[in-house]
Amino acid sequence: MSTKLNILVPVKRVIDFAIKPRINKTGTGIDKTGVKFSINPFCDIAVEEAVRIKEAHKALVNKIHAVSIGPAKAQDILRSSLAKGVDSATLIDAKELDIEPLSVAKILKKVVEDKQSNLVILGKQAIDDDSNHTGQMLAGLLNWPQVTNAAKVTVNTSGDAVDSITVVREVDGGEETLEAKLPLIITTDLRLNEPRFASLPNIMKAKKKPLEKLALEKDFKDIDVSPRLNVLKVEEPTQRQAGVRVNSVDELIAKLKELKAL
Amino acid sequence: GSTLAFIEASNGQISSASLSALTAAKQLGNPIIALTFNEGVADSLNKIEGLSKIVTFSSPEFEKNAPEVISPILSSLIGDSKLDISHFIIGSNATGKNILPRVGALLDVQPISDVVAIESDKVFKKPIYAGNVIQTVETTDPKTLLSVRPSSFAPIDTTATANYEIEQQATPELNKLNIKFVSENLTSSKTPDLATSKIIVSGGRALKSKENFDNLIYPLAAKINAAVGATRAAVDAGFVENSLQIGQTGKIVSPELYFSLGISGAIQHLAGMKDSKVIVAINKDEESPIFNVADVGLVGDLFEIIPELTEKL
Repeated sequence: MSTKLNILVPVKRVIDFAIKPRINKTGTGIDKTGVKFSINPFCDIAVEEAVRIKEAHKALVNKIHAVSIGPAKAQDILRSSLAKGVDSATLIDAKELDIEPLSVAKILKKVVEDKQSNLVILGKQAIDDDSNHTGQMLAGLLNWPQVTNAAKVTVNTSGDAVDSITVVREVDGGEETLEAKLPLIITTDLRLNEPRFASLPNIMKAKKKPLEKLALEKDFKDIDVSPRLNVLKVEEPTQRQAGVRVNSVDELIAKLKELKAL
Repeated sequence: GSTLAFIEASNGQISSASLSALTAAKQLGNPIIALTFNEGVADSLNKIEGLSKIVTFSSPEFEKNAPEVISPILSSLIGDSKLDISHFIIGSNATGKNILPRVGALLDVQPISDVVAIESDKVFKKPIYAGNVIQTVETTDPKTLLSVRPSSFAPIDTTATANYEIEQQATPELNKLNIKFVSENLTSSKTPDLATSKIIVSGGRALKSKENFDNLIYPLAAKINAAVGATRAAVDAGFVENSLQIGQTGKIVSPELYFSLGISGAIQHLAGMKDSKVIVAINKDEESPIFNVADVGLVGDLFEIIPELTEKL
């Protein structure tokens, strides 16, 4: 039996990376009204990588399916992923709930089983909570191998089948290379690729691609998504005060000596 | 309950992230069980005061701290009622990030990552949104799984002389999945390590080329025995390798002295260095946001200032 890829790409809608988040008046969360939202940049890289794999190995990829868990508006990022080359998508409407990574991983496990995915490519972290948990948790729940912080992904073929996948990953002191058989979880790092922009004709075409809509409370009611962590407070970090301006290298060195930094 | 502290080591040397995790473990106040999968580290652990015992596992399989193999072992240890573990703690570096969430999934616990302050045994502070917001969370899980940001906890003192009981655990049946280590390519250490260096000299896109970076940043760093860092833009432009990136998704550092050279100060970069003790910024554009966090700022041309600074320091 030949192995073809069924790729799943989970994506998250987050406050745009260029926007500085504002804390709400009660100090319990982030004010989300009137703020620009975008696809999490690492998720965009995951979409791009899946599409590149399909472009390079057309015969080996059955399907790229994207999924997002979030408010109804998260369908925007699914539509743009479809326009970039994803084949089909699922929106799991969670209304405005903030869902912790453990619950997200449980929901994704069910999606993996439903879609019979054998390769999940997802962002290493979302730039809102910065957790960096979901991929590893999903791998743990499925008992699949994981390669986090991918910098390069190569699909190794044998005849008309996928043999293995080689991934170069970023670690503290440089890089390491791992090789895995399917099924596999990959989380993406910044340098893996540069995501494309969707062209207008592709955006039009994407409107015809299938986008399934599910409701978290109805279609995943057996999964308990109640939070394990109570957020007691959110606050701004202690602000650094701007220091002094100096006008020359000599003044700079004198100031550093005064601060006992040298 | 006890705190199980994950000790990562290579060549008998405990990693700086693990030394920071031990400092955080002490703040929790429970007896500390030091756990290591790396052999030959007992001598180093005996230089640390206040542990209750050392637990080791030994197998060549553990050499690369593979999460697939290690996570089930950790989850069964943490779940073992005889050990009475209430807290598990690991440094938030590449190893910690790879392992902790997987252990959490196996134990059905939501871990708390990148802790920067311990308020109580259940309440912790962690940065979100690239450090623009600090969140205080309380866990309701029966076990508490934490990773701590090394730059927020000083490495534990290693001058004690202890003689801990070493509990060598039998290697359990390993969860072998279809993945293998092929090779590694670690940055040759031309300069001191970013994680531990007291001074960091960091360069940005304004250096314009790899040659300029090599000819300006490295000599200055060498002169003052500093580690070299860079912004994402400088890494993307190919000036330096990616292991030197400082920022939200790169290294988080807090040296005594941080030189920011030709760096505008995007929030993603500030997230990685704004806890440095003294920040020096040199940039041509006086409106750059980096000057809002710098203790000492100098507006001017890098290509003149850096050589002069290198000569005069």
